[in-house]
Amino acid sequence: MITTGIQLAYLSAAALFVMALRSLGQPTTARRGMQMAAFGMLVAVCATLVDQRILSYEWLTVGLIAGGLIGYPLGMWVPMTAMPQRIAFSHAFGALAATLVGVGEYLHGFDEETLTHGKTIALGFEVFLGALTVTGSLMAFGKLQELLPGAPITFRGQNLFNLSLFAVGLACLVWLIVSPYSVPLFVAILAIGLVIGILMVMPIGGADMPVVVSLLNSYAGLAAVATGFALDNNILIVVGALDGASGFILSMAMSKAMNRSFTNVLFGAFGTEAGMSEASQGAVGEMVAIEPEDAALRLAFARRVIIVPGYGLAVAQAQHQVRELADLLEKRDVDVRFAIHPVAGRMPGHMNVLLAEAGISYDKLFDMEDINERFSDADVALVIGANDVVNPAARTNRSSPIYGMPILNVQDAKSIIVLKRGRGKGFSGVENDLFVSPKTNMLFGDAKQSLAQLANEVKQA
Amino acid sequence: MTSTAVIQLFVFLLAGFVGFQTITRIPPLLHTPLMAATNAISGISLVASLVLAGTNQGLLSTVLGTIAVGCATANVVGGFLITDRMLAMFKPQRLEAKESLNS
Repeated sequence: MITTGIQLAYLSAAALFVMALRSLGQPTTARRGMQMAAFGMLVAVCATLVDQRILSYEWLTVGLIAGGLIGYPLGMWVPMTAMPQRIAFSHAFGALAATLVGVGEYLHGFDEETLTHGKTIALGFEVFLGALTVTGSLMAFGKLQELLPGAPITFRGQNLFNLSLFAVGLACLVWLIVSPYSVPLFVAILAIGLVIGILMVMPIGGADMPVVVSLLNSYAGLAAVATGFALDNNILIVVGALDGASGFILSMAMSKAMNRSFTNVLFGAFGTEAGMSEASQGAVGEMVAIEPEDAALRLAFARRVIIVPGYGLAVAQAQHQVRELADLLEKRDVDVRFAIHPVAGRMPGHMNVLLAEAGISYDKLFDMEDINERFSDADVALVIGANDVVNPAARTNRSSPIYGMPILNVQDAKSIIVLKRGRGKGFSGVENDLFVSPKTNMLFGDAKQSLAQLANEVKQA
Repeated sequence: MTSTAVIQLFVFLLAGFVGFQTITRIPPLLHTPLMAATNAISGISLVASLVLAGTNQGLLSTVLGTIAVGCATANVVGGFLITDRMLAMFKPQRLEAKESLNS
């Protein structure tokens, strides 16, 4: 009776989770949907607490309270700019929980001699994927938080070494299925998983981290699926599958937006260097600088302005200045829109969150596909700290390493003002034809100060 | 292969399909909240951790289970809080602004 009740509670929780993901399709319904998901989680947890297999509550209360105390600051105090690291960190947490459950269940099955082949394969997968996600996420966290060097760390024969280690891990897994009671094999799988996690993320540069973080999301989901198979628990399978699908879709979207194939991101620490050297030619001409006063006048008397924020905006912490400028322009009846490239931030959708935090309403934030044809109507395109995502070479220059990358059609605007820190190249090291185009004027300096100056001048115009 | 395992495979397949269909419809605007949300929801491994921590299978299992409960709870609590914090920031254009545009 109680078991049926618990299963029904899980069923309703799963339904609420799916509905929550559906509600995330629109910003108007998203918040309510997630609150329902939180309710679903509460139902599932309360139902589990009456499970008759649970005999003592002391330890579990300790765990719940400790987790709550850690979770609260992780939820409320982390700044939005630190979102990527925060997510990577909690992937490590989630995967650690899955791994520990896997180890615990293996021990349990070992003592009671109830390890079947089916259960062992699930536990093996769980521990392997879980362990790999724990160390991989911690590495990603370290790189994003700049505790570790962001540059790729490589050594000769790295891919071969990683792949053979991976093959050894799989071999151990197969062997474990044949003889479920050999503990050393289980330990070996755990250890290999931990090492692969480190090796996998080590050669990937800081700029590619969004793909990695999404991919680890997917692995954490698959680890949860394996837990579900091992414990005959359907809700874990459902949630793990949702999680896995989400991570997979996001990492595909991110690699596409960065013009890199999946395999290229994972194994490509060598490829990027080759791309850089051949990219030095291209862009001929001089960048034309502009004074803040002139730039402000051009903005103030424009009818349509499209603002293109890049990661440089977030680095300079200038989200509030850009909103102030947008508000001033709107008071003058200028139509202001924001064009957001998929990789404008450090993780999928990051820039949208940063701008929303500054108080810019979401109906002014446009995705690349929705705004690209509007650039030709724009009087001024204001590019703030973005480089590669507005480089027309991605369309025109076949030899460019970023050729084929989807870009914002900034070059179609009637005039362009680029806010840039200095005359250097972007992180991919590619020259940008846009910056030397006759339609373009450059406003050099720190984005935050430049924007504040612009706002000041617009006020007086 | 047992029949439960087959049913579980069906569940996995269907859930994966539903996930794929639902998530491809989420606009890039909300991708960061989506990641935070899946993170929070994946804290569902809490239910497995709770059983492990509470079944008295010996000290090691209990300790592992308790740590797992802690990690999963941190994800659930932190994940839902931060998702809500983010989604609360996504506001439609303010009413006054709309009126001033119309007039």
